[in-house]
Amino acid sequence: MKTICLYFEIHQIIHLKRYRFFDIGTDHYYYDDYENERSITDIAERSYMPALNTLLEMIKANDKYFKVAFSLSGVGIEQLEMHAPQVLEKLQQLNETGCVEFLAEPYSHGLASLINEESFAREVKKQCEKITEYFGQKPKVLRNSSLIYSDDIGLQVSQMGFKGMLTEGAKHVLGWKSPHYVYNCALAPNLKLLLRDVTLSDDISLRFNNSDWDGYPLFADNYINKIAAFPEEEQVFNIFMELSALGIAQPLSSNILDFINALPACAKAKGITFSTPTEICMKMKSVSALDVPDTLSWVDEERDVSCWLGNPMQREAFNKLYSVADRVRIANDPRINQDWDYLQASNNFRFMTTKPSNIGLDRGIYSSPFDAFTNYMNILGDFINRVNSLYPEDIDNDELNGLLTTIKNQGDEIEMKEKEILRLQTKIEKMQASEDKLKAKVEKAKAPAAKKAPAKKVDATEPSK
Amino acid sequence: MKVLMFGWEYPPHILGGLGTASFGITEGLHAQGDMDITFCLPKPWGDEDKTAANIIAMNCVPIAWRDVDYDYVKSRVGNVMDPDTYYKFRDHIYADFNYMNVNDLGCIEFSGRYPDNLHEEINNYSIVAGVIARTQEYDIIHAHDWLTYPAGIHAKQVSGKPLCIHVHATDFDRSRGHVNPTVYSIEKNGMDNADCIMCVSELTRQTVINQYHQDPRKCFTVHNAVYPLRQDLQDIPRPDHTGKEKVVTFLGRLTMQKGPEYFVEAANMVLHRTRNVRFCMAGSGDMMDQMIYLAAERGIADRFHFPGFMRGKQVYECLKDSDVYVMPSVSEPFGISPLEAMQCGTPSIISKQSGCAEILTNCIKVDYWDIHALADAMYSICHNDSLFHYLQDEGKREVDQITWEKVGLWIRELYERTLGWRK
Repeated sequence: MKTICLYFEIHQIIHLKRYRFFDIGTDHYYYDDYENERSITDIAERSYMPALNTLLEMIKANDKYFKVAFSLSGVGIEQLEMHAPQVLEKLQQLNETGCVEFLAEPYSHGLASLINEESFAREVKKQCEKITEYFGQKPKVLRNSSLIYSDDIGLQVSQMGFKGMLTEGAKHVLGWKSPHYVYNCALAPNLKLLLRDVTLSDDISLRFNNSDWDGYPLFADNYINKIAAFPEEEQVFNIFMELSALGIAQPLSSNILDFINALPACAKAKGITFSTPTEICMKMKSVSALDVPDTLSWVDEERDVSCWLGNPMQREAFNKLYSVADRVRIANDPRINQDWDYLQASNNFRFMTTKPSNIGLDRGIYSSPFDAFTNYMNILGDFINRVNSLYPEDIDNDELNGLLTTIKNQGDEIEMKEKEILRLQTKIEKMQASEDKLKAKVEKAKAPAAKKAPAKKVDATEPSK
Repeated sequence: MKVLMFGWEYPPHILGGLGTASFGITEGLHAQGDMDITFCLPKPWGDEDKTAANIIAMNCVPIAWRDVDYDYVKSRVGNVMDPDTYYKFRDHIYADFNYMNVNDLGCIEFSGRYPDNLHEEINNYSIVAGVIARTQEYDIIHAHDWLTYPAGIHAKQVSGKPLCIHVHATDFDRSRGHVNPTVYSIEKNGMDNADCIMCVSELTRQTVINQYHQDPRKCFTVHNAVYPLRQDLQDIPRPDHTGKEKVVTFLGRLTMQKGPEYFVEAANMVLHRTRNVRFCMAGSGDMMDQMIYLAAERGIADRFHFPGFMRGKQVYECLKDSDVYVMPSVSEPFGISPLEAMQCGTPSIISKQSGCAEILTNCIKVDYWDIHALADAMYSICHNDSLFHYLQDEGKREVDQITWEKVGLWIRELYERTLGWRK
C-alpha cells in the first residue's frame, strides 16, 4: 500500500542589523528587531496561520487518516515565541490530535554538522528539549538543516540514537534508484533514510502557481493519480517543503490551501495512506544502503552545500565562526550562547552566495554578497572578541576545560559541604531547643543541679539517630 | 558603411575619458572590417594611431581661399595631412570667412584643449565642419560630446544624412544640477536635432530623457568598455601587502563631480579604528587645496597622501600598488577608471551614482553620500583576504569580458536601425 509522508519545515532566522566596523567593541547587540517582527508577523499572517488552520481542519475532517510532520528550528521557535505565539498555540492544538509528529533538527538551523560534531550534537539535544517542552514528544527522527546529509553525518546521527533521517532524493546520488523506497545509511545500517521526492515536492512548493509550467493548473486528483500510477512496489512518497511555501512562495490566491485540503479525500479514493516519518521507519524495511560520500542538501540545482560554502568569502566566514565553537561550548555563557545560535543560521551564509540561481534570492538588507559578507564579518569580529575576552586567550581549550571542570567540581563540593553544614546547624538548633526544653522542665521541677546528667545522656545518643 | 565622426580628443594626447572612449569606439567599429571612419579632430599632433580611422585635422582645413603652392602646403601640414586633401577641401569652401581670424593657409587655429574661449572654439569647429561635410562622402554622422554637436548639426543640414550623437556626459553631471544655460542649450539643440542618441549609461539616458526632454525611443544605452592592458603595463609587478600596510586609492580630477570629500571623510573614519592603512588621493583639480586642508583638519594628514596628477604608466603603477580603488563620484556618466583598476587586479568600490555600476557585479557599490558604508567597505577589503582575493580574481575576469568589439557591434546595429537598413 502506498503512503504519503508530508513534512513541513518551520524556520525563520533572526535578522542581523546593519553593523559597521566602527561598532566593533562598542555595540554587542546584532539584531534588527524591527525586521524580525515585521517578517515573522507577515509570514505568520500570510502563510503559517492559514496553512496550519487548513492542516488542522484536514486532520479533524479525516479522522486520523491524514498525518503530517513538522520540524521547527530553535531560533524559529524563539521568533514565534516573541512575535507570533499564536502559531505555537496552533501547533500545540495540532499536536493534541495525535496525528502530528515533530522532528529533531539543529537548534540554530546552522551548518555545524559539517565541521564540529560536538556542537552539532549539542544543538540537536537543545532542540529536542525544546520540542519536548512544547509538545511532550521526544523526536525520534532527525532532519538536518536544509536536509544536509552525508554518510558521516548519518553515522553520527545514528549514534545519537535516532531511528531515521530525512534527506534529499538527489539524482546524482540515487542514479537509477527510486526515492520511493526506504534506504539506510551506508555506515550505520540502523539509520533509515527517507528521501524527498524532488518532482512531487517542487510541483507544489516551486511550480504550483506558475502558469508557464506544463502541469498548470495542478489539481489534487491529478496529483494523486500521478502517485498512484507508480509501480506497486514503490510505496513511500516523501513530500517535504517549507511551510512558507504555502502562502509565501505560492500565494494563497493560487488556492494552494484548497489543493492541500483536497489531497486526503483523493488519496483515500485511491487507497493511499498518510504516514509520519517515524511510522515509516518502524514499519518499512530498508531496501539497501545508500552511499553518500559527498554532502548533499535540498538547495539549488547542484543539491550540495555550494550555496553556503561555494566561494572563498563564505568559507572564510564559516571557518572563522567555527574556530571558536569549542570555546563557546566550554565557556557556556548564556549571552554568548544566544548569539552563537543566531549567528550560526545557514541563511547568513546564503546571503553571501555569488552563484547564479534561477530561484530569486532575497538578500534582505544586503545589496550584494560583498555587503552581506562585510556586515557578517564585522559582527563576527565583535563576537569573537567577546568570546576570547571571557577567558585569557593563552589558556588553550583543553586546559580551560580542565580548569573549568575543577572549578565546577570544587563548586559542587562546596555546595555539598554547605548542605552538610546546614544539616548540622539545624541539628544543633534542634538539640539546643530540646536542651532548652529540658532545662525548663528541670527548672520547673526545681530539681537539684545533679539532675542535669540525663540531659547530657540525650545529647550523646542523638547522633546515632 | 562610411561614418563621419566629430571628436575633440584622441590618444595619445588626452585630457579626460572622452579621448579614450572615442578611440575605443572607433577601434570597435573598425574591427568589423567594412567600416570606413573619418574622424575629425581640432588639433591632431601627428602621432595618433591612424589604423582605425582616417584622421582629419580641423586646423588644416581651409575656410578661406588662399593661393598657396603644393610644397608650401606640404611643409606646413605634411605631418598631419596629405596636401591633396588640402586642395580638395579648398574646392568646397562655402562662404567668405575672410573676416575670421584665419592664418596664411586660410585655416583657423585650434587649441585642442578646453580653453576659456571654448564657445568661440566650438563655433569655429562647426564652421570648419561645414567644409568637411561638403567634401567627404559618408552615410551617417556621429558626434562625440556636446562640443561637437553644433558641427554634427551643421553636417546633417548640409548633407541630409542622419545624425547620431554620443552623450559621454551632460552638464547635470558636471555641475551637480546647477547647469550652465549656454552649455545646456547647445546640448539640448544637439539632442533635438539628433536621429539617434547614444548614452554611455542608463543613468545618462534617464538624464537625457528627463532633463533634456528627449523621446525615449531615440535614446539608447551604449556602455563603454576597456582595452586589454598593454603587455608592459601587465608586467608591472603587484606588491604583496598581506599582513602589511594597505593602500586605498582615489584617482581622478579633484572636483565636485568626483566627490573627493566623501573619500576623505570615509578615510577619517577608517583611521579612527585602525592605523594600518594609508590613503592616496592622486590627481589634481579645483578642490585640491580644500582637500589638503580637510585632511589636515581631520588630523589624518600623516596617513593621507597627495601625489598629484599622474599620467601614462604612473597611473597603472599607482593602481597596482593599491589594495582598494575608490570612485565616490556624485554623478558619473560612465567612469572607465574602475574598470582599469579591476584590470590591474585592484578591487574597486564605486558609487551607485556612476554609470559603470550598471554593468559591473564584482565590485562594491555604495551610495556616494553614505560614508559609513564606504568606510566599512574599505575596512572589509583591507581586513578580509578572502574578499580581497575574490574581488581581485573575479573582477579581472569580469572586466576582460567587456570589450570595445562588443560595443562596436551594438553601435553598428544602432547605425543600421537609424538608417532604416534594419528593423
